[in-house]
Amino acid sequence: MQFMLIFKETNSDLAQRTDPKTAPAYWGAWSAYVGAIKQSGVTVSGNGLQEPHTATHVQMRGGKRVIHDGPYADTKEHLGGYFIIEVPGLDDALTWAARSPNATTGTTEVRPVLPPMAAE
Amino acid sequence: MLVTSVNRDLRGDVIRDVKGDVDRAIERAARESFGRLVAYLAWQWRDIAAAQDALADALVKALEVWPREGVPSSPDAWLLTVAKRQLLQMARHDKVRFDPAVTALLAQDEAQEHSFTIPDARLKLLFVCAHPAIDEKVRIPLMLQTVLGLEVADMAHALLLSPTALAQRLVRAKQKIRSTGLRFEEPEARELPERLHQVLESIYGAFGLSMDAMDGAEARVLDLKDEALFLCSIVCQLLPDSAEAKGLLALMTFSNARRAAQVDAQGRPNPCFVPLAQQDPHLWDKPAIVQADQWLWQAAQSHVPGPFQLEAAVQSAHCQRLFTGQTPWQGIAALYQQINNFYPTQGAGVAGAVALAEAGDIAAGLKQLDAMEQEVVKSFQPWWVARAYLLSKQGNKALSAANAAYQTAIGLSTQQKIRDYLEGIRIALEPTIQCK
Repeated sequence: MQFMLIFKETNSDLAQRTDPKTAPAYWGAWSAYVGAIKQSGVTVSGNGLQEPHTATHVQMRGGKRVIHDGPYADTKEHLGGYFIIEVPGLDDALTWAARSPNATTGTTEVRPVLPPMAAE
Repeated sequence: MLVTSVNRDLRGDVIRDVKGDVDRAIERAARESFGRLVAYLAWQWRDIAAAQDALADALVKALEVWPREGVPSSPDAWLLTVAKRQLLQMARHDKVRFDPAVTALLAQDEAQEHSFTIPDARLKLLFVCAHPAIDEKVRIPLMLQTVLGLEVADMAHALLLSPTALAQRLVRAKQKIRSTGLRFEEPEARELPERLHQVLESIYGAFGLSMDAMDGAEARVLDLKDEALFLCSIVCQLLPDSAEAKGLLALMTFSNARRAAQVDAQGRPNPCFVPLAQQDPHLWDKPAIVQADQWLWQAAQSHVPGPFQLEAAVQSAHCQRLFTGQTPWQGIAALYQQINNFYPTQGAGVAGAVALAEAGDIAAGLKQLDAMEQEVVKSFQPWWVARAYLLSKQGNKALSAANAAYQTAIGLSTQQKIRDYLEGIRIALEPTIQCK
């Protein structure tokens, strides 16, 4: 079964990425996690994402494009990255989610992937 | 837990002014009798879910009636009678409902309300919960729910399962027990060791989860450790001749006795992980260790060895450091060899390899690690920790490999405390590598 692990990081987690004091520990923990999950052979795909301030939001309203820069205000946790993994069931997906470094302070959401749409 | 939620729901309306004695009597009745009453009703009615519902209703009823009329002289018998009446009313058992024998039984119970002792069916219930036909993953939550009355949400947190999924599994398991008519009996003598092992295994599983949580300083909603010890002591009481049950009780007591080394003076979890080798043995609970040694000795008198007694012997050996100042690694390695020959598990394979290395033979330890099934150990964190440690003990030539293994171990850890501890060791290796 395929699941998406959605890593949601708090603002203070995200701030660790660039602070010279905390960056080595932050990236060290993620690189250990990514290494461990990859060597286990369960990953289908996955990526880390740049900080939320790099985001651009697009909406089509009344036929017009509405563009917003940056993260949604007031959001406590931001999407920091994701993996798609292939595992026997939800329990295994939860185990991998619990190992993600952001789970200690933020949240890792686990969602089953929809099966491919039937071709017309 | 069950009674707290009943109290919470009803406190405002029913017992606003009647605290104290009545509250405590209800609390006590629920804590002490819940498992016994559910077990007895489930055994009599062959329906765990219905028995639990009926008993929960009886507790609600008690909250209404006892503050008004006083706590009955035998709260158990009172709850049981109400629960049985409830079972009849729920009409889940149409066949039984109209069975005159059952109606007569009920009347008889009511007549005997004050002198009636309830037969202890908890062991039968434990055996049903750990029946080979029941999915292994649901056995321990089923035991905790039916025998100890724990709630799904609390258990789901402790077991790292989704509450919905766990609730569904419990319902399915109970349906299966009912529809396949699994026998509520103690197994026959020839099946007993195997079936008992399944019961004990589940109990130990719950205990292990709790110890993991402790090492990681994670505040769990529910500490399964005490529940596991309690369940095991029930088994020991009910099957006093079982060497393995005593072995498990000793094993868990030894591990638990070292808990003090992982908490500070206020009882809060230590912010840093303290590995066994670095623990100050004087922080260990000496009376508990002495008690566990006695249980283990009593178990050994029956000359029926088993995996839990052997594991307990390993723990006993570790605890010897309190008395002799040394860890007998040779002896521990020999015990693990026995365990791995007769009752192999991943955990014992890894621990045995480390014991071999600590006893002086690093190469043999690494060989044992390499011989384990690669597919399984790939995501088994202790294997990577052990491999990293043994490689680093080999000296300079294996330090890069040790570093990489520590990386993987860190990535497989769920606790920040453990990650920090392992990262500390890994960083200490780095300068040595760069110097080369």
